[in-house]
Parts: sequence; structure tokens; C-alpha cells
Amino acid sequence: MTDKERLFNSGILVESRPGAEEPPLSLWETKKNGLVVIECPQRIPCNPCASSCPTGAIIPFDDINDTPRIDYEKCIGCAKCVAICPGLACFVIDLTAGGEGKAVIKLPHEMLPRPEKGEEVSCLNRQGEAVAAGTVVAVTEPLKDRTVVVHVEVPRALMRDIRAVKVVKK
Amino acid sequence: MKTTEVLVIGGGPAGLSAALEAASRGSQVTLVDSDLQLGGQLIKQTHKFFGSEDERAGTRGYKIGELLFKELEGLKDCIDVHVNTTVLGYYKEDGVVSLSRGEEDYFRIKPERIVMSTGAMERLIPFPKNDLPGVYGAGAVQTLMNVYGVTPGKRVLMIGAGNIGLIVSYQLMQAGVDVAAVVEFMPKIGGYWVHAAKIRRLGVPILLRHTIVEALGEDVVSGAVIQAVGDKGLEGDPVRIDCDIICLAVGLTPTAELLWQAGCDMQFVPELCGYVPRRDAHMRTSQSHIWVAGDAAGIEEASSAMVEGRLAGLGAARSLGHVKDSDYDAGLASYWQRLSHLRAGEVGEKIRSGLEKCSCDAWEV
Repeated sequence: MTDKERLFNSGILVESRPGAEEPPLSLWETKKNGLVVIECPQRIPCNPCASSCPTGAIIPFDDINDTPRIDYEKCIGCAKCVAICPGLACFVIDLTAGGEGKAVIKLPHEMLPRPEKGEEVSCLNRQGEAVAAGTVVAVTEPLKDRTVVVHVEVPRALMRDIRAVKVVKK
Repeated sequence: MKTTEVLVIGGGPAGLSAALEAASRGSQVTLVDSDLQLGGQLIKQTHKFFGSEDERAGTRGYKIGELLFKELEGLKDCIDVHVNTTVLGYYKEDGVVSLSRGEEDYFRIKPERIVMSTGAMERLIPFPKNDLPGVYGAGAVQTLMNVYGVTPGKRVLMIGAGNIGLIVSYQLMQAGVDVAAVVEFMPKIGGYWVHAAKIRRLGVPILLRHTIVEALGEDVVSGAVIQAVGDKGLEGDPVRIDCDIICLAVGLTPTAELLWQAGCDMQFVPELCGYVPRRDAHMRTSQSHIWVAGDAAGIEEASSAMVEGRLAGLGAARSLGHVKDSDYDAGLASYWQRLSHLRAGEVGEKIRSGLEKCSCDAWEV
């Protein structure tokens, strides 16, 4: 087993694959509210991302086991999929928001304590390593079901790495 | 002696669904469960379920349980519920089922039809000192945390990276418990990849091709020794992990005693994790008045257990003359469509090949 395989087989995304692809950069740069980034590379029977998408940007599945495919032109960055995905595999990354050299990631969060607006949080990569500090710009609970969507401003250079936040105990 | 049209044994997702379906089709149902409340494992599932809207995907498991309880409330005139009630035996000679409510109250029921939805038991693996307090099955950890609100300890070593091991690890973290690592014997996680990604990004290592060698501690668990596994057995140096809980999530096996007692044709199917009854497309066993649903029919997910329960309840109701043929055919087709969707992916491959070994289109009369 190569190192890459070992990582992927234990739940770490190491490269883009069907169901875990990046938006085209040119559109991404200019799309207000951001574009969805989904990391769901395994065929499993699950489709709430597509069935909850208000614009059809997550293309409706032929088979419930399909991995998601995205029509980025239609994505409005609403983060409904972020809130509903049972696998917490949907993120929205907004390159038009935040300060110079920053991006805003909208990510799902189900741990206590809840981050609060204005708070500085620790940003974690796919292996749980703290790679940066981020500023929480908003916290919403779209479905009122205890999954919150944290909007966090992060260094843009790390937008491809940061996938979770952790409240730092003071 | 009490009589009933349909006796449903086990009130988890499969049994609840069977009881609801049979009652909504006009059957008089008795539903018994050995636990203090209905819902089986569903009431402990705080994660959102997969599937489609039909399976209420995106809804947390215990919320799905609440929806089923609400449906039950609407049908309470047709469903007689007995909790804290264990089926002790089935007497093939006269079709009588003996039960015990609590430890004192013994009674008997003579049902016309039975749905066996007895669920599953956890497996354990042998290692030195696995009898120390602090070695738990994942089901017990979930019961403690999610039913009684008690954390089992401070730092857990999870054995097994199937869906249960991954989900319970996540729930432990939500409860504020550290997860030292998830240890998995196979070269790949067994559960859904996204469940693994969820705990990985919160810093939990998943150690593939590793196993637990022994538990440490005198009176209670104080740690564990793990080691890598290669083609020829253990390899590399043993590693000590500090933990006060060792949680075993190494698989389930169908609870099949009553099916054996009833004389159902049984078959060992490794893909379904043990002995399961042979069944036809209606979830009917070789005993023409007994249906099976859920994990008792083969270890799978709660989503498919609920659909199987619907099928079994529908079949039992029809055999009593409560369902028109056209309604039956429509129900059968729609439930099978849902099941085949749920089982279509790569994760369903094992289930599909297992079912092929123990299914028949119809029993020969």
C-alpha cells in the first residue's frame, strides 16, 4: 500500500477524484458568495445534497449512489448542502469575501462549544492539524437541527487545506 | 391465552416499520420489545441518516425514531405494545409464543402471523485482559452516552473502522471524550469514507492494518497495546496507548435463536454476518406464517431495515386477507425499488452477494 493509498483508505482526500473536484478558478475568483466544494468520493446511497439544492447546481442524481456532479454556473453559495449533508462533506469557499489574501470558508460544525461571531478559532486541515488562525464572520443554523454552518475567514493560501475549525479554550 | 393477528418481535427500526405497515393495512398487531422503550438502536443514533427523502435522509436517527413513534400513536388502537417484554420461546407444536414481562410476569400469546425483527448482537474479539472493566462494546457506549447522558470515560481507543466504530468515535468527541485512535485490521476502512473524513479532520488517527494485542491495567483499563499487522502476522514494535476505555466495534451477528426454534431453513452467509433464514421476495421464511426483517435477516443499515420491515408487515397483512392484490403488488414494487437503490453502490456489493445466497423468488408449495 502506498502512502497515498493508506491516507485515502483512512479518510484523507489526497487528490481530486470524481465526487471531490474543485471549481474552475476563473469562475471561482469572481463568484460572489462562493462556490461549493464537495468531498464525497465514494459511491454511497445518499442524495440530500442534490435534492436540497435550490438551483440544481448539484446535478440531480440518476442513481442514488452517484457521487455529486456540479454545474458551477448555477451555484449561488447558499450552503444548504453544507447544512444537510449527513457526511459533513460539503463546503462553500468564497474567494470574493474577506480581506486581502483571505478567503471565507463556510463549513459544517457539530461540536461544542459553538464558535461565535468575531471569535478567533483554530483552523484544522484534513488530518486535524492546526494550520492557521481564522476569524469567525458568521454562524448560522439553517435547518435548526444543531448542525451549524460556520463562516470563517482564513488565509487564502490554505483554502484547499482547511476543512474544520476548533474553538480555542481561553 | 392472548391471541393476535400479527406478533412483531423486536421494536427496532425493522419491527416498528413492520408493525406500522401491518396495522395501517388493517391488521391487529402486538409489538413486543425486551428493552424499556421502543426504537432499538435508532434512539441512540444522533447522526444524520443517508439515503433519499423516502428514508428521511439528512434527518438524525433518533428523530426518525420520533417520527415512527408519532405514527404509532396514530395507530395505537390497532397496535398493542409491550416493552420490557422478552420472548422466551416459540413452540412449534402449537404455534404458541411464551414471554416474560420484567422478571416475574410470565404469559403466552398465540399469533396467527409472526414478524421476527430481533436485530443483532455485537461480536467481541479475544485478547488478553479483555474482561477488564473499561472494555466496552460500541452499543453499550452509545447507550450510556446517548440514552443516559453519561460519558464512559476520558480517553477511548476504538477497535474497528466500520460505520459503527467511526460514528461512535465522532459521538464520543461530541460528548467531550478524547479518541486516542481508531484501530482497523483491514487495509481500508469498512464504513463510509465521509464518516472517516469527519473524525480525521478533528485529529483522530485511523491506523489501518493494526490490531489490539492486549489490554493493560490491574483493576480497570489503564491502556492498551496495539501493533501493526502484515501478511505473516504481527510486525513492527508493539505500541502502548494510554486510555481508560477500549471500545469494540468489530461487527454484529444476527439474533437468530427464535428463527432456529421455529424451524426456519437457516443458512450461514458470511456477507450477512452469520446464520440467517432463507426468505422469499416477501421476506417470508420457510415457515409460511413467519416473516423476517432487519438485522435478523442479515446485518445491514437501519434505512434498509425499515424498508424490509414494511415489506414484512405488508406480507403478513396480505396473508390475513387485509390487502387487495393490486395494492399489494404496488407496495411490493415500491419497497423493492427503494431497497435496490439503497443496495446499489459499492458498499452494497457485499449485501447483494449475500442475499443471492439465501433468497428465493417464492417458496414451493
